[in-house]
Amino acid sequence: MLNHCFLCRNEDLKEMLESSKESLKLEAMKRIVGLIAKGKNASELFPAVVKNVASKNIELKKLVYVYLVRYAEEQQDLALLSISTFQRALKDPNQLIRASALRVLSSIRVPIIVPIMMLSIKEASTDLSPYVRKTAAHAIQKLYSLDPDQKEHLIEVIEKLLKDKSTLVAGSVVMAFEEVCPDRIDLIHKNYRKLCNLLVDVEEWGQVVIIHMLTRYARTQFVSPWREDAVFDENSEKAFYDSEEERRVEQSKPYIMDPDHRLLLRNTKPLLQSRNTAVVMAVSQLYWHLAPTHELSIITKSLVRLLRSHREVQYIVLQNIATMSIQRKGMFEPFMKSFYVRSTDATHIKTLKLEILTNLANEANISTILREFQTYVKSQDKAFAAATIQAIGRCATNISEVTDTCLNGLVLLLSNRDETVVAESVVVIKKLLQTQPSQHSDIIKHMAKLFDNITVSMARASILWLMGEYCEHVPKIAPDVLRKMAKTFTSEEDIVKLQTVNLAAKLYLTNSKQTKLLTQYILNLGKYDQSYDIRDRTRFIRQLIVPNEKSGALSKYARRILMAPKPAPVLQSAFKDRDRFQLGTLSHSLNSQANGYLELSDWPAVAPDQSVRIVEVVEPVKEAGAPVFGKSKPGKSDEKFYSDSEEEEEEEEEGSSSEDSSSSSSEESESESESEENSDDSNKSSSSQSDSEKKKKTLKNKKLQQQKPDSKDRTKFFLMHIVLSFSNQFVASCRCSLLCLYVFLVCQFDTISWDVRVSLQASSPVFVPETSRELLHRMTGKGLSAQYRFTRQPCIYGNSMVSLQLTLSNSSDQALENIHISEKSSTGQNIHRFNAIERLEPQASVTVSMGVDFNDSTQAANFQLCTKEDEFSVSIQPAVGELLLPITMSEADFTKEQIYNKITKTLKLNLNEIPCGLSVWLANDRLGTGNLFKNNNLLKCYKYLNI
Amino acid sequence: MIHSLFLINNAGDLFLEKHWKSVISRSICDYFFEAREKAVEPDNVPPVIRSPHHYLINIYREKIFFVSVIQTEVPPLFVIEFLHRVAETFQDYFGECSETTIKDNVVIVYELLEEMLDNGFPLATESNILKELIRPPTILRSMVNTITGSSNVGETLPTGQLSSIPWRRAGVKYTNNEAYFDVVEEIDAILDKSGTTVFAEIQGVIDACVKLSGMPDLSLSFMNPRLLDDVSFHPCVRYKRWESERVISFIPPDGNFQLMSYHISAQNLVAIPIYVKQNISFFETGSSGRLDITVGPKQTMGKTVECLVVTVHMPKVVLSANLNATQGTYNYDPVTKILLWDIGKLNPQKLPNLKGSLSLQSGAPKPEESPSLNIDLKIQQLAISGLKVNRLDMYGEKYKPFKGVKYVTKAGKFQVRT
Repeated sequence: MLNHCFLCRNEDLKEMLESSKESLKLEAMKRIVGLIAKGKNASELFPAVVKNVASKNIELKKLVYVYLVRYAEEQQDLALLSISTFQRALKDPNQLIRASALRVLSSIRVPIIVPIMMLSIKEASTDLSPYVRKTAAHAIQKLYSLDPDQKEHLIEVIEKLLKDKSTLVAGSVVMAFEEVCPDRIDLIHKNYRKLCNLLVDVEEWGQVVIIHMLTRYARTQFVSPWREDAVFDENSEKAFYDSEEERRVEQSKPYIMDPDHRLLLRNTKPLLQSRNTAVVMAVSQLYWHLAPTHELSIITKSLVRLLRSHREVQYIVLQNIATMSIQRKGMFEPFMKSFYVRSTDATHIKTLKLEILTNLANEANISTILREFQTYVKSQDKAFAAATIQAIGRCATNISEVTDTCLNGLVLLLSNRDETVVAESVVVIKKLLQTQPSQHSDIIKHMAKLFDNITVSMARASILWLMGEYCEHVPKIAPDVLRKMAKTFTSEEDIVKLQTVNLAAKLYLTNSKQTKLLTQYILNLGKYDQSYDIRDRTRFIRQLIVPNEKSGALSKYARRILMAPKPAPVLQSAFKDRDRFQLGTLSHSLNSQANGYLELSDWPAVAPDQSVRIVEVVEPVKEAGAPVFGKSKPGKSDEKFYSDSEEEEEEEEEGSSSEDSSSSSSEESESESESEENSDDSNKSSSSQSDSEKKKKTLKNKKLQQQKPDSKDRTKFFLMHIVLSFSNQFVASCRCSLLCLYVFLVCQFDTISWDVRVSLQASSPVFVPETSRELLHRMTGKGLSAQYRFTRQPCIYGNSMVSLQLTLSNSSDQALENIHISEKSSTGQNIHRFNAIERLEPQASVTVSMGVDFNDSTQAANFQLCTKEDEFSVSIQPAVGELLLPITMSEADFTKEQIYNKITKTLKLNLNEIPCGLSVWLANDRLGTGNLFKNNNLLKCYKYLNI
Repeated sequence: MIHSLFLINNAGDLFLEKHWKSVISRSICDYFFEAREKAVEPDNVPPVIRSPHHYLINIYREKIFFVSVIQTEVPPLFVIEFLHRVAETFQDYFGECSETTIKDNVVIVYELLEEMLDNGFPLATESNILKELIRPPTILRSMVNTITGSSNVGETLPTGQLSSIPWRRAGVKYTNNEAYFDVVEEIDAILDKSGTTVFAEIQGVIDACVKLSGMPDLSLSFMNPRLLDDVSFHPCVRYKRWESERVISFIPPDGNFQLMSYHISAQNLVAIPIYVKQNISFFETGSSGRLDITVGPKQTMGKTVECLVVTVHMPKVVLSANLNATQGTYNYDPVTKILLWDIGKLNPQKLPNLKGSLSLQSGAPKPEESPSLNIDLKIQQLAISGLKVNRLDMYGEKYKPFKGVKYVTKAGKFQVRT
């Protein structure tokens, strides 16, 4: 009946879908989605639904997509009908539509369309929209799970997308990398520094994935920082380590952290402040696995902060803290009180907190912890109270000073009303007594008295074992306990029975006179017990202790076997072995390896080649024989600066630097890697942390990424080295750092300036506005009106001139004669005048062109427009954009130039001081402003500079 | 990553399922139900459950279990954080996150889930992006939609998605430009029997409601930023500025959001606004007990303590309570064994007192444990740590916004042991 109804309803849905009314269709789809959500089967509507895939209504379309993704796998043939729609949508001008088409296409798990998917992914990976590229990265994983044979092709796409500079793509492509080819570490090398630098700007989910991947990467590429003689570039420690180092300098070379390793640690640190708990945990585990020990403490606060979050978050974080606190008590000890248990906590949270408190216990704080534990023992949550007793036991064994106190406390608990508390106490006392049995026969006696009231089998078994083991200390009580047990033997639990048999055997050996019969009785009972364990044990014991002709040599040693001194059990944390898993992972949480868990490798003994991470920038093609101008300038400007600074000692270096820069192309003396190292060294030794220094560092990092392996670059590095060593000499002064930065910039300009100039080639403007601006109104011009516009063409009158088009018209009723520009120009701009117009008839107009050299400034050019009778003062105020020469340059070059420009501006240096007004000419009109915002590096640069 | 999501209510009914990869049968939830049964209380369900081929990571929120199915290794916090984000999005869209609202808006829920994850990896979780993709339901819009047939779904990619500030959309316009900040501090404390502080700390958040046109760039500074021990920020805050100048500089999201949270640790003496004198005892014979609680002000900085509520979790053997309150009302729930005393405003002249007898289950032994008291309170116009906002400046826009800061102190996990 129900089924029938359901079918009826489906019929009516089908009708609605087939109607021509959009709203009816939408309504039907909404109901269908409702069915899917409830988990009801709506697959038979497939043909009716799939027809609407090309609908214009975007909500309807989206709902159809939802349906398709859900059922396509079941109805493969019909699903194929929709493919062409998606293929069309992939070419749509709207990026959202392209992206969602790719999303759905790749989510349809139909093996036949694998080639189509592959093609679409490849196409989308080169899409202009980063959003579509992000979708492509997601599609890679989907295709891989559908058809693992495509792996090779997919890796190619991943490789391409890894190079993507968009923060939007980074997280998704690393995710794809982790799923498809986590072992292809070589793909990461070239992108390592980029990923580190982008990290802060990537969306939070991407950050988690990237951080986990980089943790694995770093463990394969860098050497361990956990050496005692390590020297770090966080300078404050340096002096301290130096003294220690001197003693053992002979034995080994001191550890110096790879700058890339440092880069990762530095760039992840701010993320500890993220609001996303997963990000904080990811950074914490990265520090745990990669950071030198003394830097580890910074993660503590953040982890403790997470404890304020939701219950589930607390659970995971506490698990990780529990593992950490075993190895490094000191990290969490100051925050001990944050782990105090509240009565409202969930049980698993309570147990974890207890675990951590126990791990943190030491001689100094044990009394505080024990006082806290006393409160917990009284808790209403009995399972928790029992766990507390175990924790007390652990503290007692670990810290010998308090063993007696704990033991006394536990004995007091034996009179507790609650069964579980008493039982747990018994078990823990048993373990404690094992460490020092002789002094505590009174406790054993006390427990024997309690024996009748205890029903928990584990506790009973524990008491029996104690009796047997230390029967010599309680010679009178033990046989009596055995007697009682003989009475109730049949109704006991297995574990109690086993211990009874043990007790009987031990008593038989020590006190056979009193217990011989009892033992035999118990052994007989055991012989016919239901459990084979008991029967087995009984048989074994009988053969061992009761001498008869069959029992050979073994019974001679029975006493030594049974009464052998047993080592005390070691009470240790359940989290002891969890550190084999990477922290923060599912495997760690479960304490067993999850599917797809990637082992964190050990540090390599010797670091692999560092140079693999150096990124080469493709140089723009140079034109042969292009004029090289401005090459002689650099030296001068350097000198000017140095004389300003008035530092005598720099004279030498100054000379060399200017020399080097002028002979840049022939400078071959230093190898690249060497210079890199040098610059790093000098950086390390500088102790100033002033802001400007940071800026410089950033800048340097940028430079490192953009190294070009030619000789000019070497010079660049050399110069940089000089600059950086300068900074060491007057680190304290911020002003000086700025000056250094300036030197650096100047040097940069020197070395690259002609580089760029060579490739500087005017291109045609993308857009020339048609609108003209008014120069002279007809009223003021007594009939003569003039309009001008910028043509944005290279000026034919001179390189530095901007070409203008002037339209002169005569709106008076008589002809105007001899229209020209007067010879005297008021502001001194160089103007190329148009040839005088002899005569302009009424209502006629004429167009002429002229050139003005604005001297790269936006100062208005004032001049006189004359007719035969009158003179009119006019002025042309250019917009900045009109002064620029449109050129084409690669994005990389652009970035480079942008950075120099921005920094020079920040420093408020006079642009004119920089050889040739390069900066103005480099910015690239409209294209430039567009790029300004697209370009991530630049945005980053902004951030660092706090502009 | 996240394979499927099941929503299960407190009664154990599975009322919504969504799959991002191939369909996983809902029978997988049996492992969850098993754990749920074992845990008794919903709070005690372990967040990570293992089944032979899958892992179930769940959160419990607003009486709904969000159970996600995972097949491969993934940081569990990643999933937990995401599930909470889902719940928050529902709350944001429908006003509350409950079974009824989810069922009523199942289509929007589905559309949201579809946008939030692609192939199990988060795609758009920023509420301002989602709201451009899928418009939240309002009564007016749903009426208009039924009449005109227009949809809730945006047609173009939200501007925020591509920009470097994904949390703010372009072209925001308000006639009244206003920015309000609420400094909310919660005192977490454990006091022992004698009233001494075992542990105390302050957790604060700054909630913002910013309705400003255009792209305002705000910076907020404190009189005493050194108080803040540990901070975490909304992604919009420029961390470098904070590091160097202790100024919170940011381009705010539009509307309500949490700007930052901070922590003031126990080292700086935390002021405890009230004291509690209590005496709860049970007699050895006669199956009865006595209760006497008095609350009084301690360090309130001259402000009034409001909304004072005392909650006592009684031992299981307590059957009923016959008490007399000098102020406010009390209520004892014999099922949950919770005694709730709603005091209201604390009058320092006449201290509120709750006194009377408790009757226990006859024959049952006297309970060993002593119940602990949970306190709830509120103090308006006071940040107990003494944190003060110095000024708020706006750059980048020309208009003059209306600015306001409010301070509130609340009790967080405030517990008195007996």
